[in-house]
Amino acid sequence: MLKIAKYIILDIVRSKVLLAYTLLLLAISLTIFLSDADVTKGLVSITTVILIIVPLVSIVYATTYYFNAAEFTEMLVSQPISRRNILLGKFIGISSSILLAFFIGVCIPVCLFAFSATGITLMISGCLLTLSFISLAFLTSTITRDKAKGIGLALMLWFYFSIIFDGLVLMFLTLFADYPLEKAMIVLTALNPIDLARILILLQLDISALMGYTGALYQEFFGSGIGIVFSLLMQMIWIIVPLFFALKIFKKKDL
Amino acid sequence: MEKIIAVNGLKKSFGRLEVLKNVSCDFASGGVVSILGPNASGKTTLIKSILGMVIPDGGEILFQGRSVVNTFDYKRHIGYMPQIGHYPDNMTIGQLFKMVMDIRQQDAVDTELLKAYQLESMYQKTMRTLSGGTLQKVSAALAFMFNPDVLILDEPSAGLDPLAAEALKEKILEEKSKGKLILVTSHILSEADEISDHILYLFEGQIKFYKTLTDLKLETGEQKLSKALTQILSSPSC
Repeated sequence: MLKIAKYIILDIVRSKVLLAYTLLLLAISLTIFLSDADVTKGLVSITTVILIIVPLVSIVYATTYYFNAAEFTEMLVSQPISRRNILLGKFIGISSSILLAFFIGVCIPVCLFAFSATGITLMISGCLLTLSFISLAFLTSTITRDKAKGIGLALMLWFYFSIIFDGLVLMFLTLFADYPLEKAMIVLTALNPIDLARILILLQLDISALMGYTGALYQEFFGSGIGIVFSLLMQMIWIIVPLFFALKIFKKKDL
Repeated sequence: MEKIIAVNGLKKSFGRLEVLKNVSCDFASGGVVSILGPNASGKTTLIKSILGMVIPDGGEILFQGRSVVNTFDYKRHIGYMPQIGHYPDNMTIGQLFKMVMDIRQQDAVDTELLKAYQLESMYQKTMRTLSGGTLQKVSAALAFMFNPDVLILDEPSAGLDPLAAEALKEKILEEKSKGKLILVTSHILSEADEISDHILYLFEGQIKFYKTLTDLKLETGEQKLSKALTQILSSPSC
């Protein structure tokens, strides 16, 4: 599967979309760091932007790439190689290319300007977020047969995780305002990879005091060693589970 | 002749549409079998089932006596040329060939078509810049490259220029003389007439007949495949 990954990387690295994505991330990080003397504020701004752009580009690009290479996948299936290795090879290829863009666009500037615990958390969360959304992209691509439907579903997932989910949580909070919801909130957070990343990064900054009682509880849980392990584990689950189901579907799919 | 592929009671439906209804046939080495039939008769589905791209609902496919379900090693002995070749945009022809060599862990043994199509001078060109015909040439060269025992060609001459199609036809005949099995789907009857030993006619997911070309012509008393086909298909007995 590494053989396939290698050639997919060689292909994607030369694509203009990936170049544009790298430059966009680089431009965002550099402008924020250069225009603001306060590095911590800069990290918060970058987090806000990254939590929107990274999932969107990862899921849409991976889905589009998957569908554009449909005939290529057919050709690969006609070769002596298992379907599992084809899909995993594609996953490794696509995700390493997008991670490379994230690395150049975000990790390098962060290392240069704001190398700290928060900076490291930002880099790790960004990478995990990229992987989990590519994993979701593989799931949408294997579920649907049609390119338009696949990309539509990918966009809906992104919209759900970045906007609708927060709305639902807010509604849930207002409806059950009379009950103690602190523990429930932690569980709810684990259901959204973007929220997991956001909380992990924000808690590294000492601004959680601004978030009231829930913030304090988050600090207590996610700030602790167990909490960090828990959220990293949950993010891993968000990478592995969709990919696992994609693999299961792909093995039985008619091409 | 040795049986190389055996298809027993193959069934496949897509949703409510039954594409293959209990298809059984054997293919022996050393011959060209043309799979003919109207659009949507199940030709491509049959081929894709043999290649493991489509997973059958029922029946079995044996390759050299072994079932192909959930295996992939047998594909080492197959060269496949798809109907529409489409490869990643920024991949070069050279990279594509190199990748397939890596996957199969075989060297390019047969470069005859590569030379005939002058593809070697285009190794640096990316797939995006190639015309449909050139892509077909790439697919054809790739199918023959590893000197496989079985060649499966899905509408090989569609999109090829007359000279390239002629070169492909000669290549097919040459490989046949080496004792290989070649499965071809086609709509061009004059071409099938020139190269085929057997004709497999599919209609609405069932085999209407599977005969040698000579038998077919003798039975109908016609000299041309197209006329023989018309006569057989218009007679009420089938």
